[in-house]
Amino acid sequence: MTERNALQEENLRQADVAAGTDRLMVEIRGLTKRFGSFQALRSIDLTIRRGTVFGFIGPNGAGKSTTMAILATLIAPDDGIVRVDAIDVTEHPKEVRKRIGYMPDFFGVYDQFRTTEYLHFYGASCGIPRAEREALIPQLLELVNLSDKKDAYVDTLSRGMKQRLCLARCLVHDPELLILDEPASGLDPRARIEMREIMKELKAMGKTIIISSHILPELAEMVDEIGVIEQGRMIAQGSVAEIQHRLKAGRILELRLAGRADEAAVLLEGEPHVGRVMRDGELVRFQFAGGDEEQAELLVRLVGRGFRPIAFSEAQTNLEDVFLEMTNGIGGTEA
Amino acid sequence: MNGQSAAKDLLRDWRTKLINPVLGKEFTLRMRTPRSMWALLFYLTAIGVLAFGFLYVFRIDYGIGSAAFDPDRSRIMFLFISLAQLGLIAFMTPGLTAGVVSGEREKQTLNLLLTTQQSSTSIILSKLVSSLGFMTLLVISTMPVFSIVFLYGGISPGQVGTVFVFYLFTMLAFGSFGVLFSTLMKRTMLSVITSYGLTLFLYGGTAFLYLILSLMIQSTMVAQPHAPGHYSWLGYLMGLNPAAALVSIFEPDVSRSVFRVAWSGQTAAEAPIELWQEYFIVYSALTVAAVLLSIRHIRPVLKKKRKKARN
Repeated sequence: MTERNALQEENLRQADVAAGTDRLMVEIRGLTKRFGSFQALRSIDLTIRRGTVFGFIGPNGAGKSTTMAILATLIAPDDGIVRVDAIDVTEHPKEVRKRIGYMPDFFGVYDQFRTTEYLHFYGASCGIPRAEREALIPQLLELVNLSDKKDAYVDTLSRGMKQRLCLARCLVHDPELLILDEPASGLDPRARIEMREIMKELKAMGKTIIISSHILPELAEMVDEIGVIEQGRMIAQGSVAEIQHRLKAGRILELRLAGRADEAAVLLEGEPHVGRVMRDGELVRFQFAGGDEEQAELLVRLVGRGFRPIAFSEAQTNLEDVFLEMTNGIGGTEA
Repeated sequence: MNGQSAAKDLLRDWRTKLINPVLGKEFTLRMRTPRSMWALLFYLTAIGVLAFGFLYVFRIDYGIGSAAFDPDRSRIMFLFISLAQLGLIAFMTPGLTAGVVSGEREKQTLNLLLTTQQSSTSIILSKLVSSLGFMTLLVISTMPVFSIVFLYGGISPGQVGTVFVFYLFTMLAFGSFGVLFSTLMKRTMLSVITSYGLTLFLYGGTAFLYLILSLMIQSTMVAQPHAPGHYSWLGYLMGLNPAAALVSIFEPDVSRSVFRVAWSGQTAAEAPIELWQEYFIVYSALTVAAVLLSIRHIRPVLKKKRKKARN
């Protein structure tokens, strides 16, 4: 960077401090991206504070990976402003790359490399001197539980090990922001648990993490905030609790019956204040927009029709419910 | 002790400057695959069969046990081996370069590489240099076969050196085309087919076009005398042909004869340019253009004029 650019960058930083946006690690305003006739992103706004673990959720093709690839300087945005640590990704991509560790949803490895050689290569590519790498790589392998595989060829590693190795690769230059696109996809339950433990360690290290996953309960345990994206639109952003609060009008009730759950589900669909009804064995879950009085009346009507409830209570909503509700337009949210 | 350490550091500094991580990775991975060994074996076998086959035919022609080779025939043999090697280079170079970027894209390693601090220039040049490094290894390994010509005389080491410089240049040019196609096309298969198509056109297509167009002009034009010095633009077409350019280095008459005024059958007194000169000028420009385009297109063009002011 020239002296003039550095000065401009410093001025911009000072302006950010004055505006109170200096704590922002990611700032996206009006981000738009089109691939041919397909509109991938429609004026997305998103801010992520430093040290936050941000869960990015949305169905396939919603625009998560595109947003992440733009942050990783791999795709050019059509319009909008994208900044990482107050640096514009289109203006200073090289500076942005110093600050990010990117793990795509699908990635390959150089099979003919040994594990340590693989990390040495990426470390050297990020400009880390060999002496530093010699000290750093054993620590990284320990962090991702691959110390015993340091001399193994990459093609002999299992998928879970390769995912962890790729995560170590992301960390080799000690980035402030980790962009992890489906890091647990395709992993068996044990490998997913290992990955989750590593995430917790990274969170404890103070890294800002953007993570997308289809396995929503996994995200719920570790994220501070979530962003829900669908059809290229950001339909909600905030903490899980905040978003649940916003959806309070659409709380979920659970009804467990001693038989005739099918009939009850059909009956509920015709009842006032009842929204979407889901069945899981003898358990019926449904969206309910009424108050406590209406809830009591509904129970009386069910009993009056000969149904025998074992339990009837408000369900504890989780990330999966939030996702399903938001992406189905329940609770007055845009689909 | 301190001196030794300083020398080691200096050596390491130079090594770091000369061999960047991408180049080091390319060299390491290329030499770890058995494919490289098979490629070397195939190449040496092919050039050996051609050279010794030629030698055998000439010995038969002379009669077994007859006197030594005639230097003129040795010269023909040298040209034959040189052209055979050029053909093998044409065959190998697209195969080695046309998948260097698209292959990484297909293996899904390119995005990881693009998020490192390595510049686009460094990535493209490293890939080109590593491929050419391997091709150079192949060509140098044929030196003993080339040395046969020294046994019979008629060829100087300088001429052999000139041929090797010509090979290096040709590999660089055709390698850069392969890298360009590999960068622009998402599929390696498509890139390889396009690279071989272009190579075939430049080696065979230019010569074929030259012959066809010469015949067409000859058949349509009325023969009329031309003053010496007239030449046909068709000669420029042959300047694009690597084989013609190579031969023109050793046989200057070749340039004059391809620039002859086709319909009169007269040979131009002076060729406007030697074929090899045209070849170096045109292909240097194309090589630079191919490398620059590859560098430009390996990453998305991020910088653009802002519609809105910074807010």
